Amino acid sequence: MRNYTKIAWRNLWRNKRRSMITISSVFFAILLAMLMRSMQNGTYDLMERDAIRNSTGFIQVHAKGYWEDKTIDNTFENTKSLSQKVSSEQNVSQVIPRLESFALASTGKITKGVGIVGTIPAIENSITKLESRVVEGKYFLNKNDNGVLLGDALAKYLKLGIGDTIVLLSQGFHGFTAAGEYPVRGILHFPAPEMNKQLIYMTLATAQYFFAADNRLTSYSLMLENPDKLDKTYQTINDGLGKQYEIMTWDEMMVELKQQIESDNISGMFMLAILYVVVAFGIFGTILMMTFERKREFSIMIAVGMQRYKLALIVFIETLYMGFLGVLSGAIASTPIIYYFYKNPIPLTGEMATAMEEFNVQPILPFAFSAEIFLNQGLIVLILTLIVALYPLANISKFNLISGLRS
Amino acid sequence: MNVIETTNLHKIYNSTQVPVNAVDGIDLTIEKGEFTAIVGPSGCGKTTLLNMIGGLDDPTKGRVTINKVALNTLNQSKLIDFRLHNIGFVFQAYNLIPVLTVKENIGFIMQLQGRGKNECNARIDEMLEAIGLPDKKDQRPNKLSGGQQQRVAVARALASKPQFILADEPTANLDSKATNELLELMEKLNREENMTFIFSTHDDRVMKKARRLISLDDGKVISDVTV
Repeated sequence: MRNYTKIAWRNLWRNKRRSMITISSVFFAILLAMLMRSMQNGTYDLMERDAIRNSTGFIQVHAKGYWEDKTIDNTFENTKSLSQKVSSEQNVSQVIPRLESFALASTGKITKGVGIVGTIPAIENSITKLESRVVEGKYFLNKNDNGVLLGDALAKYLKLGIGDTIVLLSQGFHGFTAAGEYPVRGILHFPAPEMNKQLIYMTLATAQYFFAADNRLTSYSLMLENPDKLDKTYQTINDGLGKQYEIMTWDEMMVELKQQIESDNISGMFMLAILYVVVAFGIFGTILMMTFERKREFSIMIAVGMQRYKLALIVFIETLYMGFLGVLSGAIASTPIIYYFYKNPIPLTGEMATAMEEFNVQPILPFAFSAEIFLNQGLIVLILTLIVALYPLANISKFNLISGLRS
Repeated sequence: MNVIETTNLHKIYNSTQVPVNAVDGIDLTIEKGEFTAIVGPSGCGKTTLLNMIGGLDDPTKGRVTINKVALNTLNQSKLIDFRLHNIGFVFQAYNLIPVLTVKENIGFIMQLQGRGKNECNARIDEMLEAIGLPDKKDQRPNKLSGGQQQRVAVARALASKPQFILADEPTANLDSKATNELLELMEKLNREENMTFIFSTHDDRVMKKARRLISLDDGKVISDVTV
């Protein structure tokens, strides 16, 4: 075997220029593919992470039917046993209880429909960093603060400033009329314009009082220790809570985001597939020429007593060397680039930035730095190389010895 | 002791409009230790006959028997193995493996046979001495002259001590000096190792050295003379 690898290695450098061109084509394909995939995966990770952190959490617990009919009557009681049951699940790192509904916000003669989020300030801030979104005024003073925080676009529309009063009107639990006046404690700015235009945050206690929904919630948002165990955690919670609750994962709740990621991922893979096909034909061209050029030499080797399969093995190893050298050099070259952009994401501007912000995601282009990217792309190219290597194998197994000797 | 026997050997090529009888019913017997030249004009069937004797080409009719083994009874893989262990080939265009050194080329067949490293190295050194190229052992073939390459090709064929050597126009690309050196080498090996040599040639210098001359024309043996 050592002899075959030696012959294959030396054969590789018989036509240095051609081998270098082939290896370079694999190198550039790998470099490009790794950069592309790293950028795509980094962006998807960021989108998922930000979207999960800023809105739904990984898993939400609702009253049965809430997701289809988001009314204040579809709430559940925040009992100690329920809360303990959810938070005692091993993979759950934090639970954010929320009461969310809709209201009419009014000042003077201006009225606007808004979304109300009632939450526990300290927990909310520890996860969504809501306090960092305050651009004017202050964050909630404590969990019973009766002030509100509202998006800057909404404040502008309603012509409200810090210390002004906002009037909220809605339907409370079981048909109660919900109405109240609340001082504006702070103005928030979110990357997503829609959130700026319509969100009002208040403490959970204030929201429950406003909606006459004492101790009731619309959701528990769950953050997880290990997101990879999402399915298992979902299953455990689903099995443990019973049929009066609906348990949903983030991708069920953010279908649009999930679909956007999936379609983008598919188009990315399609581009990669085209790239790989081009590279595969490049390697194939080299192998084809190499096989034809050396037909006489192959014939001599078989004539003097080398079994065809051993000869095929040598050519197969040569092809593997080419693929492997291209993959290895491509991976080595792409690693520092990927690592740099992993540490220093590219800031986005213009339409791209707006699109990201609409999903409540930071407008940056981060790169993913994971072994999976290197392994996947490397494996794909090596598999392609192996497929291409089938040609000389087939050719060597059946070519005519005499015509080869005469060639 | 017979080494090679051909019985009613035919080779007909049908690739042209008119079928060509390249070998037309040849019966031959070649004994151990012979130094035989197959001669005749171009296209008379010398190479085709050698190819069939060497198991490189299948006869259209008839059979080749080597040491009582009929080649047509062997499948492709066994035939290759048979050639590996019984036949040494020397080709007109040397056909050394360009990526291997002289030493590696000489040892190539022995390595295919799976012989031990020490045995290979000892035999390689012996062959390098015999062909007078011990100082070139680490050179690649492209650094050698045509004559030197052909000597290495002979050494490669002989190193594994096959039953016989088939040499197709071995001197065709060599000048007089190289031809004489090569012939002397082959004669010496034939004499010292009792190796059977069969050449195809139309080189007078080779014919003069041969102890048996088989003349072909139009695929038939027209004379078979022992000198």
